[in-house]
Amino acid sequence: MSYDVQAIRQQFPILHQQVHGRPLVYLDNAATAQKPLAVIEAITNFYTKDNANVHRGVHTLSQRSTDAMEAVRAAVCAHINAREVGEIIFTRGITDSINTVAFGMGALIQPHQNVVITALEHHSNIVPWQMLCERSGAALRYIPMNDKGELNLSTLDALVDENTAIVAFNHISNALGTINPVKLILERAKAVGAWTLVDGAQSGPHAKVDVQDWDVDFFTLSSHKMYGPTGLGVLYGKRERLEALPPYQGGGEMIATVTMEKSTYADIPHKFEAGTPHIEGIIGFGAALSYINSVGIEAIAAHEAALLDYATKTLSTIDGFRIIGTATKKASVISFLVDGTHPYDLGVLLDQQGIAVRTGQHCTQPIMDQFCIAGTARASFAMYNTFEEIDLFKAALERAVTMLR
Amino acid sequence: MPTIAEKQAVLIDEFTFFDEWMDKYNHIIEMGKALPVLDELDKNDDLLVQGCQSKVWLKAEKQGDCVRFWADADAIIAKGIVAMLIDVFDNQPAKEVAAADLGFLEEIGLKDHLSPTRANGLMSMIKQMKFYALAFGGAN
Repeated sequence: MSYDVQAIRQQFPILHQQVHGRPLVYLDNAATAQKPLAVIEAITNFYTKDNANVHRGVHTLSQRSTDAMEAVRAAVCAHINAREVGEIIFTRGITDSINTVAFGMGALIQPHQNVVITALEHHSNIVPWQMLCERSGAALRYIPMNDKGELNLSTLDALVDENTAIVAFNHISNALGTINPVKLILERAKAVGAWTLVDGAQSGPHAKVDVQDWDVDFFTLSSHKMYGPTGLGVLYGKRERLEALPPYQGGGEMIATVTMEKSTYADIPHKFEAGTPHIEGIIGFGAALSYINSVGIEAIAAHEAALLDYATKTLSTIDGFRIIGTATKKASVISFLVDGTHPYDLGVLLDQQGIAVRTGQHCTQPIMDQFCIAGTARASFAMYNTFEEIDLFKAALERAVTMLR
Repeated sequence: MPTIAEKQAVLIDEFTFFDEWMDKYNHIIEMGKALPVLDELDKNDDLLVQGCQSKVWLKAEKQGDCVRFWADADAIIAKGIVAMLIDVFDNQPAKEVAAADLGFLEEIGLKDHLSPTRANGLMSMIKQMKFYALAFGGAN
């Protein structure tokens, strides 16, 4: 069956509007993806029929809400092939997921140890580790990258050593689109007994991940980048790691017993889910996952790869067009500059023509520093983008460049 | 020398000529391109306007009772916007600059059109120019 992008677009009401009198071309998917009707309806349905607090109360609505939420946990568990539902923790987002691990490790890490990240990370996978290292006295190390935006793995064996507590890195770079050689890095980490965390912010919507096949300790997902609601993330952790890790936040839901002197913690996943969870978000995310699976993640990835290929070729014919991040293995992200123009100006003039792109540093200041640039404009594609939209984007970009030069 | 009010009236006239925002932007960009460049030595952190998304450098000098302004920016739309402000404020009495009401920004629709971040940048530029005017004796 061929990929029916028009049928998919029909499922995304937000795409059918004009911006500044032009049809909206939404190319900021690496920042957040739009939501299909299935997600919007699941949330409406929840508040129309089932809303109640979860895991407490024996009444019917509470039971329905709890069942719906736990069904999503099971769906996420199956989606990434975790061993058990207890290994799936719902968080506020990837930033929260990584902070949960980094905070917990504060009780475990020794001052002589080190934490290894890469030069390609989002601020959310840099700052929590800097804070951990400041608190503990451990050292923070970076795997460097080359000028194509690929990690320089010849340094891997030297950087990841027997004192490495954890190696944390992203599967796919949000700023440049680089797909990192996950298994290779994980192998080295495991060989020296280091813990591992893979940030799946950008891989969630584009690639199938099997956490058992990777044998990774922690893996994170973001709902809103996977066509689901904002304010929700997933932290996968192996049971033995989650049991060893102290909880990040205290409160209701995460305890077994509470006296005024001492509390004991609940089993995973609840130990890491203090407070009332983002129930509506979790239910919406469940609908998003089902939607992704109904289209098929391999089909989505193939469509996006074709869009990336076409966009790279067609945009490169623009005089002075420069792609920042030209890794051999890349996801559907084009970070770019056009000689003689500033990315902010491009962003404004593209917006005037209905084209939504991101401009700036993309929360990756160290990457921009390495390329000695203040920022880029970035177009990123999703399952609903079309080849015609890339043509509109190119025409709008050419007009903007003509005005700016 | 036209007054601040007269300068604003001319800008309003120019901008009402354009219906489309792309054309208004084109005009802003042309004003930015026409603004004399600032000496590289003046593009230092001391002259950076705080609160702008792009880098905007603003230099001011007292000449008699008046204030002279020069500016530059790394992004051309920001440079065009500061060029409009310079067009209105440059070589005007410090007292007038400090007290001026910039109604033209609303009249040409720029204030409503800019995103909140950019509108903040615009306000920072105006504030900085008025601070200079106050410092140069525009307070009394």
